[in-house]
Amino acid sequence: MKVSIDQSRCVAAGSCVAAAAAVFDQRDEDGIVVLLNASPPADLADDVRQAAAVCPALAITIED
Amino acid sequence: MNTPASVLIVGASAAGLSTAESLRRGGYRGRLTLLGAEPHLPYDRPPLSKQVLAGQWEPERAQLRSSAALSDLDAEFVLGDPAIGLDAATRTVQTASGRVLRAESIVLATGVRPRALPETADLAGVHVLRTLGDTLALQVDLAQSKRLVVVGEGVLGAEIAATARTLGLDVTMVGPQPAPMFSQLGPMVSSLLGDVHAEYGIQLRLGTGVTALTGRRSRVAGVRLDTGEELPADVVVVAIGGIPNTDWLSGSGLTLDNGVVCDSRCRAAEGIHAVGDVARWQHYDSLLRLENRTNAIEQASVVAANILGADRPYRPIPYFWTDQFDAKIQVHGTPRADANVTIVDGDIASRRFVARHSVAGRPVAVVGWNMPKQTRLRRQEIVDATAGLVPTGR
Repeated sequence: MKVSIDQSRCVAAGSCVAAAAAVFDQRDEDGIVVLLNASPPADLADDVRQAAAVCPALAITIED
Repeated sequence: MNTPASVLIVGASAAGLSTAESLRRGGYRGRLTLLGAEPHLPYDRPPLSKQVLAGQWEPERAQLRSSAALSDLDAEFVLGDPAIGLDAATRTVQTASGRVLRAESIVLATGVRPRALPETADLAGVHVLRTLGDTLALQVDLAQSKRLVVVGEGVLGAEIAATARTLGLDVTMVGPQPAPMFSQLGPMVSSLLGDVHAEYGIQLRLGTGVTALTGRRSRVAGVRLDTGEELPADVVVVAIGGIPNTDWLSGSGLTLDNGVVCDSRCRAAEGIHAVGDVARWQHYDSLLRLENRTNAIEQASVVAANILGADRPYRPIPYFWTDQFDAKIQVHGTPRADANVTIVDGDIASRRFVARHSVAGRPVAVVGWNMPKQTRLRRQEIVDATAGLVPTGR
Protein backbone atom coordinates (compact mmCIF):
# COMPACT_ATOMS: atom_id res chain seq x y z
CA MET A 1 0.00 0.00 0.00
CA LYS A 2 1.25 3.43 -0.98
CA VAL A 3 -0.27 6.55 0.56
CA SER A 4 -0.05 10.13 -0.65
CA ILE A 5 -1.57 13.33 0.67
CA ASP A 6 -2.52 16.66 -0.88
CA GLN A 7 -1.85 19.35 1.70
CA SER A 8 -3.44 22.00 -0.54
CA ARG A 9 -6.80 20.24 -0.20
CA CYS A 10 -6.55 19.50 3.53
CA VAL A 11 -9.07 21.32 5.76
CA ALA A 12 -7.42 20.25 9.02
CA ALA A 13 -10.33 18.23 10.34
CA GLY A 14 -7.95 15.61 11.71
CA SER A 15 -10.29 12.74 10.82
CA CYS A 16 -7.34 10.82 9.39
CA VAL A 17 -5.41 11.01 12.65
CA ALA A 18 -8.40 9.65 14.53
CA ALA A 19 -8.56 6.74 12.07
CA ALA A 20 -4.83 5.96 11.74
CA ALA A 21 -2.60 7.83 14.16
CA ALA A 22 0.46 5.77 13.18
CA VAL A 23 0.27 7.04 9.61
CA PHE A 24 -1.10 10.58 9.84
CA ASP A 25 -0.51 13.58 12.07
CA GLN A 26 -1.37 17.29 11.94
CA ARG A 27 1.03 20.23 11.96
CA ASP A 28 0.91 22.02 15.31
CA GLU A 29 0.71 25.47 13.74
CA ASP A 30 -2.18 25.05 11.28
CA GLY A 31 -3.51 21.51 11.61
CA ILE A 32 -2.62 20.51 8.05
CA VAL A 33 -2.03 16.78 7.51
CA VAL A 34 1.44 15.29 7.79
CA LEU A 35 2.20 11.85 6.38
CA LEU A 36 4.23 9.81 8.86
CA ASN A 37 4.52 6.66 6.77
CA ALA A 38 3.91 6.56 3.00
CA SER A 39 4.14 2.75 2.90
CA PRO A 40 2.26 1.52 5.94
CA PRO A 41 2.36 -2.16 6.87
CA ALA A 42 -0.48 -4.50 5.95
CA ASP A 43 -1.95 -4.58 9.45
CA LEU A 44 -2.69 -0.86 9.16
CA ALA A 45 -4.25 -1.09 5.70
CA ASP A 46 -7.85 -1.10 6.92
CA ASP A 47 -7.25 1.90 9.17
CA VAL A 48 -5.60 3.81 6.34
CA ARG A 49 -8.47 3.03 3.97
CA GLN A 50 -10.84 4.25 6.65
CA ALA A 51 -8.79 7.44 7.00
CA ALA A 52 -9.03 8.11 3.27
CA ALA A 53 -12.76 7.40 3.32
CA VAL A 54 -13.54 9.74 6.21
CA CYS A 55 -11.39 12.63 5.02
CA PRO A 56 -13.93 15.40 4.31
CA ALA A 57 -11.54 17.09 1.88
CA LEU A 58 -10.52 14.13 -0.30
CA ALA A 59 -6.88 14.84 0.52
CA ILE A 60 -5.68 11.23 0.86
CA THR A 61 -4.96 8.90 -2.06
CA ILE A 62 -4.15 5.21 -1.77
CA GLU A 63 -2.51 2.96 -4.32
CA ASP A 64 -2.55 -0.73 -3.55
CA MET B 1 -31.05 -10.22 9.06
CA ASN B 2 -29.98 -11.22 5.57
CA THR B 3 -27.89 -9.00 3.38
CA PRO B 4 -30.12 -7.45 0.70
CA ALA B 5 -29.60 -8.59 -2.87
CA SER B 6 -29.92 -5.02 -4.13
CA VAL B 7 -29.48 -1.54 -2.70
CA LEU B 8 -30.83 1.62 -4.32
CA ILE B 9 -29.42 4.90 -3.04
CA VAL B 10 -31.54 7.91 -3.95
CA GLY B 11 -29.14 10.84 -4.03
CA ALA B 12 -25.65 10.79 -5.53
CA SER B 13 -23.90 13.44 -3.49
CA ALA B 14 -21.58 13.04 -0.50
CA ALA B 15 -23.95 11.04 1.72
CA GLY B 16 -25.17 8.75 -1.03
CA LEU B 17 -21.73 8.07 -2.43
CA SER B 18 -20.27 7.52 1.05
CA THR B 19 -23.00 4.99 1.77
CA ALA B 20 -22.14 3.12 -1.44
CA GLU B 21 -18.44 3.12 -0.61
CA SER B 22 -19.08 2.01 2.97
CA LEU B 23 -21.21 -0.87 1.72
CA ARG B 24 -18.45 -2.06 -0.59
CA ARG B 25 -15.78 -1.61 2.10
CA GLY B 26 -18.03 -3.63 4.39
CA GLY B 27 -17.93 -6.50 1.93
CA TYR B 28 -21.23 -5.96 0.14
CA ARG B 29 -21.16 -7.65 -3.26
CA GLY B 30 -24.80 -7.23 -4.31
CA ARG B 31 -26.32 -4.90 -6.83
CA LEU B 32 -25.81 -1.21 -6.11
CA THR B 33 -27.54 1.69 -7.86
CA LEU B 34 -27.18 5.43 -7.23
CA LEU B 35 -29.91 7.71 -8.54
CA GLY B 36 -28.99 11.39 -8.80
CA ALA B 37 -31.12 14.42 -9.67
CA GLU B 38 -28.19 16.40 -11.01
CA PRO B 39 -26.48 15.47 -14.28
CA HIS B 40 -22.96 15.64 -12.82
CA LEU B 41 -20.85 12.88 -11.37
CA PRO B 42 -20.82 13.21 -7.57
CA TYR B 43 -19.14 16.41 -6.44
CA ASP B 44 -18.26 18.02 -3.17
CA ARG B 45 -20.17 21.04 -1.88
CA PRO B 46 -17.94 22.72 0.75
CA PRO B 47 -15.51 24.07 -1.89
CA LEU B 48 -18.34 25.66 -3.88
CA SER B 49 -18.71 28.75 -1.67
CA LYS B 50 -14.95 29.06 -1.28
CA GLN B 51 -12.40 27.78 -3.82
CA VAL B 52 -14.79 27.27 -6.74
CA LEU B 53 -16.64 30.57 -6.31
CA ALA B 54 -13.30 32.34 -5.92
CA GLY B 55 -12.10 30.84 -9.19
CA GLN B 56 -9.14 29.17 -7.46
CA TRP B 57 -10.39 25.71 -8.41
CA GLU B 58 -11.73 24.51 -11.69
CA PRO B 59 -15.09 22.81 -11.06
CA GLU B 60 -13.53 19.41 -11.90
CA ARG B 61 -11.40 19.68 -8.78
CA ALA B 62 -14.55 19.47 -6.65
CA GLN B 63 -15.47 16.08 -8.09
CA LEU B 64 -15.77 13.62 -5.20
CA ARG B 65 -14.03 10.67 -6.84
CA SER B 66 -12.07 10.02 -10.01
CA SER B 67 -13.78 8.15 -12.82
CA ALA B 68 -11.51 5.19 -12.07
CA ALA B 69 -12.56 5.12 -8.42
CA LEU B 70 -16.23 5.33 -9.37
CA SER B 71 -15.77 2.51 -11.82
CA ASP B 72 -14.09 0.38 -9.11
CA LEU B 73 -17.21 0.88 -6.99
CA ASP B 74 -19.08 -1.40 -9.38
CA ALA B 75 -22.28 0.59 -9.03
CA GLU B 76 -24.76 1.79 -11.60
CA PHE B 77 -25.13 5.56 -11.71
CA VAL B 78 -28.44 6.92 -12.98
CA LEU B 79 -27.88 10.67 -13.16
CA GLY B 80 -29.95 13.68 -14.15
CA ASP B 81 -33.17 11.91 -13.27
CA PRO B 82 -34.83 13.05 -10.02
CA ALA B 83 -36.89 10.62 -7.97
CA ILE B 84 -40.55 11.62 -7.89
CA GLY B 85 -42.17 8.89 -5.84
CA LEU B 86 -41.58 5.99 -3.46
CA ASP B 87 -43.74 3.00 -2.66
CA ALA B 88 -42.35 2.00 0.71
CA ALA B 89 -44.11 -1.36 0.85
CA THR B 90 -42.62 -2.64 -2.41
CA ARG B 91 -39.52 -0.43 -2.19
CA THR B 92 -40.07 0.96 -5.63
CA VAL B 93 -38.90 4.39 -6.79
CA GLN B 94 -40.32 6.28 -9.76
CA THR B 95 -38.23 8.88 -11.54
CA ALA B 96 -39.03 12.02 -13.51
CA SER B 97 -38.10 10.35 -16.80
CA GLY B 98 -40.42 7.40 -16.11
CA ARG B 99 -37.93 4.87 -14.79
CA VAL B 100 -39.13 2.42 -12.16
CA LEU B 101 -36.34 1.21 -9.87
CA ARG B 102 -36.85 -1.47 -7.28
CA ALA B 103 -34.49 -2.76 -4.61
CA GLU B 104 -34.54 -4.78 -1.41
CA SER B 105 -32.95 -1.92 0.48
CA ILE B 106 -33.43 1.77 -0.20
CA VAL B 107 -31.35 4.66 1.12
CA LEU B 108 -32.79 8.16 1.03
CA ALA B 109 -30.03 10.74 0.51
CA THR B 110 -31.79 13.54 -1.34
CA GLY B 111 -30.34 16.37 0.73
CA VAL B 112 -31.78 19.84 1.01
CA ARG B 113 -32.55 22.73 -1.31
CA PRO B 114 -32.05 26.40 -0.47
CA ARG B 115 -34.87 28.27 1.17
CA ALA B 116 -35.93 31.20 -0.99
CA LEU B 117 -37.20 34.62 -0.07
CA PRO B 118 -40.86 34.86 -1.04
CA GLU B 119 -41.73 36.61 -4.30
CA THR B 120 -38.20 36.97 -5.65
CA ALA B 121 -38.21 34.31 -8.34
CA ASP B 122 -38.70 36.69 -11.24
CA LEU B 123 -35.86 39.08 -10.34
CA ALA B 124 -32.56 38.61 -12.15
CA GLY B 125 -29.46 38.95 -10.01
CA VAL B 126 -30.91 37.05 -7.04
CA HIS B 127 -29.00 33.86 -6.30
CA VAL B 128 -28.90 30.90 -4.00
CA LEU B 129 -25.94 28.54 -3.68
CA ARG B 130 -26.35 24.82 -3.42
CA THR B 131 -25.26 23.26 -6.69
CA LEU B 132 -22.31 23.64 -9.00
CA GLY B 133 -24.64 25.33 -11.48
CA ASP B 134 -25.68 27.86 -8.82
CA THR B 135 -22.02 28.57 -8.09
CA LEU B 136 -21.01 29.16 -11.70
CA ALA B 137 -24.03 31.41 -12.29
CA LEU B 138 -23.17 33.47 -9.20
CA GLN B 139 -19.53 33.65 -10.27
CA VAL B 140 -20.51 35.15 -13.64
CA ASP B 141 -22.81 37.69 -12.00
CA LEU B 142 -20.22 38.69 -9.38
CA ALA B 143 -17.67 39.35 -12.12
CA GLN B 144 -20.00 41.98 -13.59
CA SER B 145 -21.07 43.53 -10.30
CA LYS B 146 -19.82 45.98 -7.71
CA ARG B 147 -22.23 45.66 -4.82
CA LEU B 148 -23.30 42.38 -3.26
CA VAL B 149 -25.79 41.97 -0.45
CA VAL B 150 -25.78 38.59 1.27
CA VAL B 151 -29.05 37.81 3.02
CA GLY B 152 -28.21 35.31 5.74
CA GLU B 153 -25.45 35.31 8.33
CA GLY B 154 -25.02 31.55 8.81
CA VAL B 155 -22.06 29.47 7.65
CA LEU B 156 -22.90 29.67 3.96
CA GLY B 157 -23.76 33.37 3.97
CA ALA B 158 -20.60 34.26 5.88
CA GLU B 159 -18.42 32.17 3.55
CA ILE B 160 -19.94 33.70 0.42
CA ALA B 161 -19.52 37.19 1.87
CA ALA B 162 -15.85 36.52 2.64
CA THR B 163 -15.17 35.04 -0.80
CA ALA B 164 -16.88 37.88 -2.63
CA ARG B 165 -15.03 40.46 -0.56
CA THR B 166 -11.75 38.76 -1.45
CA LEU B 167 -12.82 39.07 -5.10
CA GLY B 168 -13.06 42.83 -4.56
CA LEU B 169 -16.78 43.44 -4.27
CA ASP B 170 -18.45 45.82 -1.87
CA VAL B 171 -20.24 43.38 0.39
CA THR B 172 -22.99 43.84 2.96
CA MET B 173 -24.20 40.92 5.06
CA VAL B 174 -27.68 41.03 6.57
CA GLY B 175 -29.34 38.73 9.08
CA PRO B 176 -31.43 38.51 12.22
CA GLN B 177 -28.74 37.23 14.58
CA PRO B 178 -26.46 39.60 16.53
CA ALA B 179 -23.26 38.25 14.90
CA PRO B 180 -22.28 35.99 12.00
CA MET B 181 -22.86 32.30 12.82
CA PHE B 182 -24.10 33.26 16.29
CA SER B 183 -26.07 30.05 16.78
CA GLN B 184 -23.24 27.84 15.52
CA LEU B 185 -20.36 29.49 17.40
CA GLY B 186 -21.85 31.04 20.50
CA PRO B 187 -21.72 34.74 21.45
CA MET B 188 -17.98 35.17 22.05
CA VAL B 189 -16.54 33.58 18.93
CA SER B 190 -19.27 34.88 16.62
CA SER B 191 -18.59 38.37 17.90
CA LEU B 192 -14.92 37.95 16.98
CA LEU B 193 -15.94 36.66 13.56
CA GLY B 194 -18.04 39.80 13.10
CA ASP B 195 -14.95 41.88 13.98
CA VAL B 196 -12.93 40.03 11.33
CA HIS B 197 -15.58 40.58 8.66
CA ALA B 198 -15.68 44.28 9.53
CA GLU B 199 -11.88 44.55 9.45
CA TYR B 200 -11.88 43.13 5.95
CA GLY B 201 -14.40 45.75 4.90
CA ILE B 202 -17.68 43.88 4.97
CA GLN B 203 -20.62 46.03 6.02
CA LEU B 204 -22.68 44.26 8.63
CA ARG B 205 -26.40 44.85 9.13
CA LEU B 206 -27.09 42.30 11.81
CA GLY B 207 -30.06 41.96 14.08
CA THR B 208 -32.19 43.09 11.17
CA GLY B 209 -34.73 41.44 8.91
CA VAL B 210 -35.34 41.83 5.19
CA THR B 211 -38.78 43.13 4.23
CA ALA B 212 -38.37 43.18 0.44
CA LEU B 213 -36.03 43.09 -2.51
CA THR B 214 -36.43 46.01 -4.85
CA GLY B 215 -36.01 45.76 -8.60
CA ARG B 216 -35.52 47.85 -11.67
CA ARG B 217 -36.38 46.51 -15.12
CA SER B 218 -36.77 42.99 -13.72
CA ARG B 219 -33.31 43.02 -12.14
CA VAL B 220 -32.65 43.32 -8.42
CA ALA B 221 -31.62 46.81 -7.32
CA GLY B 222 -31.67 46.72 -3.56
CA VAL B 223 -32.57 45.10 -0.27
CA ARG B 224 -35.01 46.80 2.07
CA LEU B 225 -34.56 46.19 5.78
CA ASP B 226 -37.03 46.33 8.62
CA THR B 227 -35.07 49.28 9.99
CA GLY B 228 -36.22 51.26 6.94
CA GLU B 229 -32.76 51.26 5.38
CA GLU B 230 -32.46 50.26 1.72
CA LEU B 231 -29.17 48.74 0.63
CA PRO B 232 -28.36 49.19 -3.05
CA ALA B 233 -27.28 45.95 -4.72
CA ASP B 234 -26.21 44.73 -8.15
CA VAL B 235 -26.45 41.15 -6.99
CA VAL B 236 -28.07 39.47 -3.98
CA VAL B 237 -27.35 36.06 -2.50
CA VAL B 238 -30.00 34.49 -0.32
CA ALA B 239 -28.51 32.02 2.17
CA ILE B 240 -31.20 31.52 4.78
CA GLY B 241 -31.05 27.78 5.27
CA GLY B 242 -32.17 24.62 3.58
CA ILE B 243 -35.42 22.72 3.15
CA PRO B 244 -35.15 18.90 3.19
CA ASN B 245 -36.00 17.37 -0.18
CA THR B 246 -38.90 15.22 0.95
CA ASP B 247 -41.74 16.48 -1.27
CA TRP B 248 -41.30 13.47 -3.51
CA LEU B 249 -41.93 11.21 -0.50
CA SER B 250 -45.38 12.56 0.32
CA GLY B 251 -47.78 9.67 0.05
CA SER B 252 -44.99 7.14 0.69
CA GLY B 253 -46.21 6.47 4.22
CA LEU B 254 -42.90 7.59 5.73
CA THR B 255 -42.97 10.11 8.55
CA LEU B 256 -41.84 13.47 7.17
CA ASP B 257 -41.22 16.32 9.58
CA ASN B 258 -38.34 18.66 8.75
CA GLY B 259 -36.66 15.71 7.06
CA VAL B 260 -37.20 11.96 6.92
CA VAL B 261 -37.87 10.92 10.49
CA CYS B 262 -35.82 7.86 11.50
CA ASP B 263 -35.10 5.79 14.56
CA SER B 264 -31.70 5.85 16.24
CA ARG B 265 -30.44 3.38 13.60
CA CYS B 266 -31.33 5.87 10.83
CA ARG B 267 -34.10 3.55 9.70
CA ALA B 268 -37.24 5.21 8.31
CA ALA B 269 -39.17 1.97 7.64
CA GLU B 270 -38.43 -1.69 7.06
CA GLY B 271 -35.66 -1.79 4.44
CA ILE B 272 -35.49 2.00 4.15
CA HIS B 273 -32.81 4.21 5.69
CA ALA B 274 -32.05 7.91 5.41
CA VAL B 275 -28.65 9.56 5.45
CA GLY B 276 -27.11 13.02 5.24
CA ASP B 277 -28.83 16.40 5.23
CA VAL B 278 -32.29 14.93 4.69
CA ALA B 279 -32.21 12.49 7.64
CA ARG B 280 -33.72 13.45 11.00
CA TRP B 281 -32.97 10.69 13.40
CA GLN B 282 -33.60 9.89 17.04
CA HIS B 283 -30.55 11.29 18.81
CA TYR B 284 -30.78 10.51 22.52
CA ASP B 285 -34.02 12.18 23.66
CA SER B 286 -34.78 14.31 20.59
CA LEU B 287 -34.72 14.30 16.81
CA LEU B 288 -31.62 15.73 15.16
CA ARG B 289 -30.88 16.69 11.58
CA LEU B 290 -27.43 17.96 10.62
CA GLU B 291 -26.38 19.69 7.44
CA ASN B 292 -22.67 19.24 7.25
CA ARG B 293 -20.04 17.38 5.33
CA THR B 294 -18.68 15.11 8.03
CA ASN B 295 -22.16 14.07 9.06
CA ALA B 296 -22.69 12.74 5.55
CA ILE B 297 -19.64 10.49 5.91
CA GLU B 298 -20.17 9.33 9.48
CA GLN B 299 -23.86 8.67 9.11
CA ALA B 300 -23.24 6.80 5.85
CA SER B 301 -20.89 4.46 7.63
CA VAL B 302 -23.51 3.60 10.27
CA VAL B 303 -26.29 3.24 7.70
CA ALA B 304 -24.15 0.92 5.57
CA ALA B 305 -23.26 -1.21 8.61
CA ASN B 306 -26.93 -1.44 9.60
CA ILE B 307 -27.96 -2.46 6.07
CA LEU B 308 -25.38 -5.23 6.33
CA GLY B 309 -26.93 -6.52 9.54
CA ALA B 310 -25.47 -4.46 12.36
CA ASP B 311 -27.72 -2.76 14.89
CA ARG B 312 -25.81 0.42 15.61
CA PRO B 313 -27.29 3.67 16.87
CA TYR B 314 -25.88 6.78 15.20
CA ARG B 315 -24.48 9.02 17.93
CA PRO B 316 -22.03 11.49 16.44
CA ILE B 317 -20.20 14.37 18.01
CA PRO B 318 -21.17 16.94 15.36
CA TYR B 319 -18.23 18.55 13.59
CA PHE B 320 -17.88 21.25 10.99
CA TRP B 321 -15.27 23.67 9.82
CA THR B 322 -15.30 26.96 7.99
CA ASP B 323 -12.55 29.04 6.44
CA GLN B 324 -13.19 32.78 6.17
CA PHE B 325 -10.42 35.29 5.43
CA ASP B 326 -7.53 34.28 7.69
CA ALA B 327 -9.71 32.40 10.18
CA LYS B 328 -9.87 28.61 10.17
CA ILE B 329 -12.69 27.74 12.53
CA GLN B 330 -13.37 24.20 13.74
CA VAL B 331 -16.33 23.19 15.87
CA HIS B 332 -16.73 19.85 17.64
CA GLY B 333 -19.93 19.32 19.57
CA THR B 334 -22.85 21.72 19.86
CA PRO B 335 -22.10 25.22 21.19
CA ARG B 336 -24.85 26.79 23.25
CA ALA B 337 -25.54 30.44 23.92
CA ASP B 338 -25.99 29.67 27.63
CA ALA B 339 -22.70 27.77 27.93
CA ASN B 340 -19.86 28.78 30.17
CA VAL B 341 -16.95 29.54 27.81
CA THR B 342 -13.33 29.01 28.83
CA ILE B 343 -10.26 29.59 26.67
CA VAL B 344 -8.32 26.36 27.17
CA ASP B 345 -5.54 26.79 24.57
CA GLY B 346 -3.95 29.87 23.05
CA ASP B 347 -5.45 33.31 23.52
CA ILE B 348 -7.95 35.54 21.81
CA ALA B 349 -5.55 38.46 21.38
CA SER B 350 -3.27 36.42 19.12
CA ARG B 351 -6.30 34.98 17.31
CA ARG B 352 -5.26 31.42 17.95
CA PHE B 353 -7.34 29.76 20.61
CA VAL B 354 -9.61 26.93 21.64
CA ALA B 355 -12.82 27.88 23.48
CA ARG B 356 -14.48 25.16 25.51
CA HIS B 357 -18.23 25.42 26.05
CA SER B 358 -19.53 23.79 29.20
CA VAL B 359 -23.03 23.44 30.56
CA ALA B 360 -23.45 22.40 34.19
CA GLY B 361 -19.75 21.60 34.30
CA ARG B 362 -19.85 19.24 31.31
CA PRO B 363 -18.04 20.14 28.08
CA VAL B 364 -20.59 20.29 25.23
CA ALA B 365 -18.43 21.83 22.50
CA VAL B 366 -14.97 23.06 21.59
CA VAL B 367 -14.59 25.90 19.13
CA GLY B 368 -11.16 26.39 17.63
CA TRP B 369 -9.79 29.45 15.90
CA ASN B 370 -6.64 28.79 13.87
CA MET B 371 -5.76 25.85 16.14
CA PRO B 372 -7.27 22.83 14.37
CA LYS B 373 -5.03 20.19 15.90
CA GLN B 374 -5.39 21.45 19.44
CA THR B 375 -9.15 21.70 18.94
CA ARG B 376 -9.39 18.09 17.81
CA LEU B 377 -7.38 16.95 20.82
CA ARG B 378 -9.97 18.64 23.06
CA ARG B 379 -12.80 16.74 21.36
CA GLN B 380 -12.15 13.82 23.70
CA GLU B 381 -13.44 15.91 26.61
CA ILE B 382 -16.86 16.03 24.93
CA VAL B 383 -16.71 12.29 24.26
CA ASP B 384 -15.97 11.61 27.91
CA ALA B 385 -18.72 13.94 29.14
CA THR B 386 -21.22 12.39 26.71
CA ALA B 387 -20.29 8.85 27.69
CA GLY B 388 -21.24 9.64 31.27
CA LEU B 389 -24.73 10.67 30.15
CA VAL B 390 -25.67 7.68 28.07
CA PRO B 391 -27.36 4.65 29.49
CA THR B 392 -25.52 1.80 27.76
CA GLY B 393 -27.35 -0.20 25.16
CA ARG B 394 -30.03 2.43 24.57
